[in-house]
Amino acid sequence: MSAPFRDQAIHALQDEQLRENFRGAMDFLQGKRKAVFSDTIELENLRQQGHQIKAEALANLPELLEQLDSQCSKNGIQVHWAETPEQACEIIHGIIEQNNGKLAVKGKSMVSEEIGLNHYLEARGIECLESDMGEYIVQLAQETPSHIIMPAIHKSKSQIATLFNATIPDTPYTENVDELIGTGRRILREKFQKADIGISGVNFAVAETGTLCLVENEGNGRMCTTVPPVHIAITGIEKVIPRLSDLPPLLSLLTRSATGQLITTYFNLISSPRKPDEKDGPEAVHLVLLDNGRSRMYQHPELRETLRCIRCGACMNHCPVYTRIGGHAYGTVYPGPIGQVVMPQINGLDQQGEMTEGCSLNGACGEVCPVEIPLPDLIRKLREERVQPQPAESPVNGAGSHRTRVEATAWRFWRWVYQHPELYRIVTWWATRLGSMLPNRLGPWTRTRVKPVIARQSLHEIMRERSNQPD
Amino acid sequence: MTSAKQNILARLKAAQTRQHRNSALDQAGVNQIAANRIKETSRAYTETDRLNKFTTALQASHAEVIDCTKDEWPKMLIGLIETRKLTHWLYSEKTETGRRFSQDVCTALPALEAIPYSTPVEQLKETLFNQIDAAITEAHGAIAETGTLVIIPGPEEPRLMSLVPPVHVVLLRKSKIIDTFDQLLEQENWSEAGLPTNVLLISGPSKTADIQQTLAYGAHGPKSLIVILI
Repeated sequence: MSAPFRDQAIHALQDEQLRENFRGAMDFLQGKRKAVFSDTIELENLRQQGHQIKAEALANLPELLEQLDSQCSKNGIQVHWAETPEQACEIIHGIIEQNNGKLAVKGKSMVSEEIGLNHYLEARGIECLESDMGEYIVQLAQETPSHIIMPAIHKSKSQIATLFNATIPDTPYTENVDELIGTGRRILREKFQKADIGISGVNFAVAETGTLCLVENEGNGRMCTTVPPVHIAITGIEKVIPRLSDLPPLLSLLTRSATGQLITTYFNLISSPRKPDEKDGPEAVHLVLLDNGRSRMYQHPELRETLRCIRCGACMNHCPVYTRIGGHAYGTVYPGPIGQVVMPQINGLDQQGEMTEGCSLNGACGEVCPVEIPLPDLIRKLREERVQPQPAESPVNGAGSHRTRVEATAWRFWRWVYQHPELYRIVTWWATRLGSMLPNRLGPWTRTRVKPVIARQSLHEIMRERSNQPD
Repeated sequence: MTSAKQNILARLKAAQTRQHRNSALDQAGVNQIAANRIKETSRAYTETDRLNKFTTALQASHAEVIDCTKDEWPKMLIGLIETRKLTHWLYSEKTETGRRFSQDVCTALPALEAIPYSTPVEQLKETLFNQIDAAITEAHGAIAETGTLVIIPGPEEPRLMSLVPPVHVVLLRKSKIIDTFDQLLEQENWSEAGLPTNVLLISGPSKTADIQQTLAYGAHGPKSLIVILI
């Protein structure tokens, strides 16, 4: 576990460069999204469709997964199932070993970050190179992505120029973006040619036809899934959708919400490995389906809505907290609002419950979510689960872990008082009379505020007095 | 890992019955919603609007769109090759476009080196990545709404033709442009017939904004995409 969320957030807030980088990037992405969704009626219509498609997919999740498995197998795609990150890493490592792989190139995949694939493979002598430009930068800097769509968003041009100059041989310092990208292109193209294995994520897996869909602008995803002889795709079980006809609205919602693009440069539909008469494409395609807590989320009547997520990142782009502290402060694979909902459910509220506090419940994330996930409600629900009195009854790992006797007693007392009018009157009478005796320091409350001043009379008292007065 | 599969499915199914599929709809209802959606989103542009919409959208994604004719395109391409000094070309021997390229364009430009993609990539990788300047292919179709080319690679035109060469020239028949992605799916009937190994929607040259939101073209794939409308 890294440092507590609160400490990291405070630390991030003091980093002016970081704040500037995020502010600039988030304003840019918010503006782009707004411009591409200028027709608000169309937007609401699309969001309802997205919601409906994903809700239907969730309602039939096990059947769809079985259908996906059998359709993929029919197409020649080998399907593997993993309950845990360890299992997923083992499966992938096993496939690489079978093919005597030494170098893997990887397209952008948050699930591969979730399972810690790079470290796992490196420890076993397999080089695993990130090929998305942002991910490549992050890997060079030995950092982790700070955003799920734009992984190197926390870095400025000059920081990247310094990084390239320091870590890539014969690279002069330049802030010219075309030159920087050119450097990345040159190095990665060499790797694409040599790689034995290509690894990618999946944006949508179509059950009906056994098709893996990838959305991208750079072309590195296509390189990874086409040039090496073996392609391994990894995805969470929630990415399955019923039909091909579900793609148009979901794709439109994804690209417009994520980067404000009508469509990305590439939308790649992969339905089978190279056929005998074809001249390129991988000879073997593997699909790894990862659970890692998702089937547990599925058990919760409200929190299962988490699984509708299509990973566009719009919630973080619009979150006033994320915008100020950035992605690393969360200390988790998925940051921002969706991270606050996903991570505590994967790793347990006892481990990562604190991050649910980093939310003002302003509702922006829920308003922009392309599939209408009520993120603020889910964050609030998780806060509630965290102080649950009967943790055994909750499917959420670590439920009740934050419950304290003092707080529980205080709320019980409060409820008891509010249920008994006589008692309420007595308590408010004393509270208003003795309010001035409150100490000046009230823990966290007075750290950034003055202490509350309690009125000399309660509202009830004042109203009673007024109503007794003759008109 | 059959056990992992069984465990995951068992957990999901147990939860599913408990929640009595609260958001499930009957199949007829689902089909109706899908049908309504397609109707709502169908654009029905006029022919001129469709072409304009396609061109504007694709140009907005930084692609070059050149209006030409079926007979004139080799001549036009010769001019383009001369001004841009693209000497090493990749083409297909098995398409009409490839044959005309080899006959009309290559004959007129003896200095031009044209390599057909007729061997498996394993034997062509070195040349493909390090020598080729440009490739010429055909588009299966196009979508007006988003300015998108529909490319279906296969034995005739392998996948990497549209990805590795720095310049990608695509020939598109105007008559093949349709309005929306929904219409494409309806028209191709892939959900019944199954999909080709690979289908690509391409909307512009490869690009990235990963460095401080500054757009740069030619991230990993083509730096320029030239669409010739015939």
